[in-house]
Amino acid sequence: MAGRRIVITSGKGGVGKTTTTANLGAALAKRGYKVVLVDTDIGLRNLDLVLGVEKRIVFDLVEVVEGRCQVRQALIRDKRFTSLHLLPAAQTRDKTAVSEAQMDALIGELAEEADFVLIDCPAGIEHGFRNAVAGAREGIVVTTPEVSAIRDADRVVGKLKERGLPHTLIVNRIRPEMVASGEMMTVDDVRDVLRTEILGIIPDDEEVIDTTNRGEPLVLDPNQRLAPIYLKIARRLEGEKIPLTRLESQTFLTKLFSIWKAG
Amino acid sequence: MEAIETEITAPVPEAPVGDQPVAPLGRAIVITSGKGGVGKTTTTANVGAALAALGKRVVLVDADVGLRNLDIVLGLEARVKYHVLDVIENKAELDDALVRDKNVDSLYLLAAAQTREKEDVSTEAMIGLIEQLRARFEFVLIDCPAGIETGFRNAIAGAGHAIVVCTPEVSAVRDADRVVGLLPHDWKPELVVNRLRPALVRKGKMLSVEDVDAILRLPLLGVIPDEPGIIIATNKGRPIALDEHSPVGAAYRQIASRLAGNDVPPPTVKVAEPGFFSKFGSLFGGR
Amino acid sequence: MLDFFKSLFKPQGSGATAKERLRLVLLSDHLSLAPETIDALKADLFDVFSRYFEYDASQAEVTFDHREREVAMLASVPILRVRERTLPPVALAPEPPAPVAVAPVAVAPVAVAPEPPAIAEPEPELEPVEAEAVEAGPAPVAALEPEKLPIAPAAPRPRKRRRKRNAAASNGKAGVQPGLSAGHSAQA
Repeated sequence: MAGRRIVITSGKGGVGKTTTTANLGAALAKRGYKVVLVDTDIGLRNLDLVLGVEKRIVFDLVEVVEGRCQVRQALIRDKRFTSLHLLPAAQTRDKTAVSEAQMDALIGELAEEADFVLIDCPAGIEHGFRNAVAGAREGIVVTTPEVSAIRDADRVVGKLKERGLPHTLIVNRIRPEMVASGEMMTVDDVRDVLRTEILGIIPDDEEVIDTTNRGEPLVLDPNQRLAPIYLKIARRLEGEKIPLTRLESQTFLTKLFSIWKAG
Repeated sequence: MEAIETEITAPVPEAPVGDQPVAPLGRAIVITSGKGGVGKTTTTANVGAALAALGKRVVLVDADVGLRNLDIVLGLEARVKYHVLDVIENKAELDDALVRDKNVDSLYLLAAAQTREKEDVSTEAMIGLIEQLRARFEFVLIDCPAGIETGFRNAIAGAGHAIVVCTPEVSAVRDADRVVGLLPHDWKPELVVNRLRPALVRKGKMLSVEDVDAILRLPLLGVIPDEPGIIIATNKGRPIALDEHSPVGAAYRQIASRLAGNDVPPPTVKVAEPGFFSKFGSLFGGR
Repeated sequence: MLDFFKSLFKPQGSGATAKERLRLVLLSDHLSLAPETIDALKADLFDVFSRYFEYDASQAEVTFDHREREVAMLASVPILRVRERTLPPVALAPEPPAPVAVAPVAVAPVAVAPEPPAIAEPEPELEPVEAEAVEAGPAPVAALEPEKLPIAPAAPRPRKRRRKRNAAASNGKAGVQPGLSAGHSAQA
């Protein structure tokens, strides 16, 4: 059976699409699945940097679509997880270099050999967004609990609905202490506004910057606070019913807050 | 004694007419970055507010068609009646579309259309609109969308100068570099480093301002530290540049002052050199 | 042991790692050269240098200097001793092409913007660096000193046929051929 084709999108830039694609992909690979990550941000590629494989890029997505190389020549196999591959974006082209039909065909081809194809979508809702969505059959919308991000996520949810794509939500960069003091929206608030089921809640963690600097996805290191969270999200994606951590609950928050303060 | 009610309004500045000496055209500056989420909209709103607080006539243009956010950051979302496309398509007069800020008198907003697409705007139309605005305002700040597609190209059309906003993270720096390469060659874009965390830089876990500046090779306009106050300010719809007690506000005010031509000391961020003992600390298992 | 003490005084936090990775990535972005190719180019250059002189490898470096509208390649190679006899290249090469007026190594500036660069003036056919050195007998001073060596745009990547863009730059002989060792240069 062909693999699942999932676009990771948001509307708003900088909310964590690429970080989520990389870590969710690594988590799925860690659990034994064959995963292909596709960077569709032509001209502004970054998935390679986040994964730490930027030095090994030889061919890219545009060259595959234009028939100048085979897909397998362009795919970079991660040395840490052998069932994880990256198809990098082109850097010196722009998003009009590929069409929606070409993207759909490409993702279909990748899905024949993989269990999961995760498509990292660029920010915005322009050509790049349409290309990324064209190849997908489901979506994960990433947002942060901030007004601008939620507003943009809402627009994107609308577009996914238009295309009949089932979708779920990841709320990223939650700061429990700010939620507790009323300075940040709760996850329930976010869910109510967007009327979308939640796949996962990820707290803010400054380690993300450090791991991106080094090109080492968090999931590699079991000591990272966020590693088990991404693994949980991966399991939910596989279909396991794992209840969401009640981050909104006051006592849990205070406990978490004090642990984090000390750590 | 009867109470007399008066309504005081400040009219929208108009273009000079007839034999009046023609005022110089205002500066049109696009605030761009490549990477999304690094603080373009926040920077546009705050630099604009700070310039207006200095007495300048400022208009902020939201060029993010379909994903507008400048109105929310300013707390003006309920007051927007018409947007850029309405003006361009002659469905509304510019005066009706301009929304006066609720905090600062000489600050105006021209909102983006929310239910349209960036491809609905042409470059020529944007150039014409910016020209119109330059005739009326001393500063026209254009909030650029993320990316380098149509939205970006429209946002830079009509502008004469760019401020590149970048956070000290690898993806942001890479995208900023790309964007600089796509700007007109004769522009001399300036850099704003946003969301700096001096503590992380001290620990060696974040790129420093010097690192970012050395890689991008742009003149440094300002450095904004990362503070939770920004999120709160956005939630409340009141730009932090108007907060006298905030170091973030102060940083934005410095940028505005520099843009206004005042002699301001260059932006510096004091990041102490790691001490000898802290090196040992990190060696023996500390963070 | 020395490394241990060195690490005490030069902490390599991820910030420094990030900076190094960025430099390489941006270079690759600007030149449209795969990172692998940049490494191969450097290796080839040092091969060539070592045929003419012994040098201090620990201090030798090839860097790329970003200017307004071009990227220049700078080689800084401390020479310890010039070899009395130039070492032959590793493998024998086919007959050299008909002698061409030795092209000045300078090339029209490369625009840093990611579009096909405009060539300012018609230029003589470019020779690979090695062939030029051989033609002129003892290596021309230009190749030894840390002279600027601007490189032609978009040198072909390994395992691919050249893009049409390169046709403007030269007839496919721009710069150093990646993957070719110094051995491919002609023997006088």
